[in-house]
Amino acid sequence: MSAVDTLSTIREQAAQRFQQLGWPTPRQEEWKYTNVAPIAKVNWERGRPRPQSPGVPPGDRESDRADETSALHSMRGRALVELVFVNGRFAERNGEGAPGLHVSPLEPNEHLGKYADYQNHAFTALNTANFEDGAFVRAESTVEGFVHLLYVSEGDETWSHPRNLILASRGAQLTVVETYAGEGKYFTNAVTEIVAEDGAVVDHYKVECESIDAYHVGTVQIHQERSSSVTAHSVAIGGALVRNEVNAALKGEGSSLVLEGLFIGAGTQHLDNKTVIDHARPHCESLELYKGILDDNARGVFDGRIIVGIGAQKTVAKQTNKNLLLSETAIVDSKPTLEIHNDDVKCNHGSTIGQLAEEPLFYLRSRGIGEEEARGLLIYAFASELVDRMKVEPVRESIRRAMFRQMPARMPERRGGAR
Amino acid sequence: MLEINNLHAGIEGKEILRGLTLSVGTGEVHAIMGPNGSGKSTLANVLAGRPRYEVTQGSVTYEGKDLLAMPTEERAREGVFLAMQYPVEIPGVNNIYFLKAAVNAVRKHHGEEELDAMEFLQIAREKMKLVELDEAFMNRAVNEGFSGGEKKRNEIFQMAVLDPKLAVLDETDSGLDIDALRIVAEGVNALRSEKHSVLVITHYQRLLTYLVPDYVHVLANGRIVKSGGKELALELEQKGYEWIEQEVVAAR
Repeated sequence: MSAVDTLSTIREQAAQRFQQLGWPTPRQEEWKYTNVAPIAKVNWERGRPRPQSPGVPPGDRESDRADETSALHSMRGRALVELVFVNGRFAERNGEGAPGLHVSPLEPNEHLGKYADYQNHAFTALNTANFEDGAFVRAESTVEGFVHLLYVSEGDETWSHPRNLILASRGAQLTVVETYAGEGKYFTNAVTEIVAEDGAVVDHYKVECESIDAYHVGTVQIHQERSSSVTAHSVAIGGALVRNEVNAALKGEGSSLVLEGLFIGAGTQHLDNKTVIDHARPHCESLELYKGILDDNARGVFDGRIIVGIGAQKTVAKQTNKNLLLSETAIVDSKPTLEIHNDDVKCNHGSTIGQLAEEPLFYLRSRGIGEEEARGLLIYAFASELVDRMKVEPVRESIRRAMFRQMPARMPERRGGAR
Repeated sequence: MLEINNLHAGIEGKEILRGLTLSVGTGEVHAIMGPNGSGKSTLANVLAGRPRYEVTQGSVTYEGKDLLAMPTEERAREGVFLAMQYPVEIPGVNNIYFLKAAVNAVRKHHGEEELDAMEFLQIAREKMKLVELDEAFMNRAVNEGFSGGEKKRNEIFQMAVLDPKLAVLDETDSGLDIDALRIVAEGVNALRSEKHSVLVITHYQRLLTYLVPDYVHVLANGRIVKSGGKELALELEQKGYEWIEQEVVAAR
C-alpha cells in the first residue's frame, strides 16, 4: 500500500476514533485540571487562507513591523528556511536552505501518524483526521542554523490543525523552532512528531504566543533511537486556554532527553503542561525542568509523568517544576509523577510554588532600583534560567519580547536587553 | 548629615534598639562597636529600610529630611548605601546590568542624564580595580557563587560606583582574611572626603586599623553607652566589652 493510501486509512480511523472518544472532560484523570468545554462548544470552521502578497510574509505586515515588541520581530529573516502557514495552510517559504536539509510542506510518508497516538488521544485524533497542512523537515547531516515554522492565525471562530514531522537521520543534527501567533478567537490544534534516529541530535522549540483570545492544544511526540539526543523547549505565553503536551519515548539505549518548559500567564489565562517520558530502554537519561510564572487570576498546570520500564536499567531521570505566583489569586497545580518498574535507577522529582523572595527584592531596592523594576528584574531572572539555556538567540529575544508584552507592568524597562 | 534621636526599633515585636542617639557630621567616619546582640545590625537595617524592622519611637533625620518616611529605594537615591553583612545571591540578574540600572535610577532621581553602556563600563572598570575584582565577575549573576570575600568586595565595588553620601558598613569585615580586609578598607578610604560620611559597624577592632575612624561608639543593649576617639577601639580590643557593661551598670 502506498503512503498516500496508508495515510487516508489512518485519517479515516482517526476520524472514527474522535467520534468515539469525544471531547475530553475533567472526569478523565489526564484532563483533571483543564476543562475544554469552551473549545468544544464552538462550532469551529476552517479559516480562509489569506490572499498571498508576494514579498510580504503574513505576520510581517505593516502593523507587525511597526510593533517592535512583537514576539515575531526578532525571528524574521534569521532562519535557514522558514515556512509560513496562515490559518493552518502553507502560505510562503523564505530562506536559502542548507546542505543536508530538506524542508517542505507536509507530504505523505511512512513516518506520518506512526508516533502520535490518535487511538487514545482525542485531540491528536482530531488533528490526524483534519490536518490540511504542515511541515516536513528532514536533516541528513549536521545542519548549522535553524528551521522556523511559523503558524499565524487570524480568527473568528476558525480552527486549524497544523501537523509537522521532523526527522533527524542517523548522526544528523537539526534545530527547529515552531512559533504560533495570531489575532482574534481561533483554535489551533497542533501535532508535531519528532524522530531522532541513531546518534541524531535535535534541538526543538515550540513558542506558543497565540492571541489572548485563542485556544491552543498541542502535542509534541518524540521518538528517540539509540544514542540520540533531544532537547525540547516548550514555551507558553499567549492564549486563553492552552494545553501543551510533550511525550517522549526513549526507545534506543543510551539516548538522552532534555525537556524544558516555561509558562507565563496573566489575566484569566489557563496554561496546562503535560509531559510523559517513557524510559523504555537501559542507559537513558532525562532531565526535565518546567517553570511557571502566574499573575492575576491565571492558572497553570504541570502534570509530568516519568515511566521507567522493567528493562530500563541504569536510567537517570530528574524532574523539577518550579512556580512563581505573583498574585494572591493565581493558581498552579503541580503533579510530578514517577513510575519506576525496576530498581537499578537514579530518579528524583520535585516541585516548588512560591512568591518573589523578600531578600533579593530588598537588595535591589537598597541600591536605588524602584520596587516595580526590581520585581520585573526578579521575575525575568526566574525565567532566565530557562531562556538563557536556549541556544537560538532570536528565540531568546522573541521570548523576552513576548514576556514584556504579556506583563508590561511587571517587566523591567527595556534598556537594551536584560543581559 | 545624619541625626538619630532616641531611636527605638525592633523586629517581630521584640525591641532591640532602646533609645539610640547618634549624630554623624558630614565628612566624618564613625565606628559603632558592640557585642553580639547589642543591636548593631538592627541599626544598619533600620537605616536602609529593610522590611520587617519596625521603628516604634524616635527619629532619623538625614540631610534635614525624615529618613524613615522614605521607601528603601529613595534612601538609596538620596545617597544612603548599606554594605550588607550577608549579601544575597540573585541568580538570573546580571551584576553589571543591575548596577547600571541602579546608577541610572539614582541619576534620574537627581535629574541627571542616564549613562549609556560605554560610559557606565568606563566607571565600573575603574572602580573594579580599586577593589581588585576581576572583570569576569561583572558578567555573572549578582553574588552567585561568589566566595564570602568576593561578596564583600562586590559590596564595596557597588558603593564605589554609586558614590553615596552616607555609607553604612554592616560587619563588612566579618569572614574576611587579612588581604580582603585591606582591600575593603582601601575601598572605603578612597571614598573618604569632606563630603562623604561613613558609619562602620563592627565587632572587632581589626578593620579600624586600616580604616581609622574619627569617632568610636560602643553599643550595648540597644543604646550608645560610650563614645570616644579612635583609641577607644584599641581599648575595647584589649579589655573586651565586659568592662563597658560593668561601667554602665555601675553608673545606673
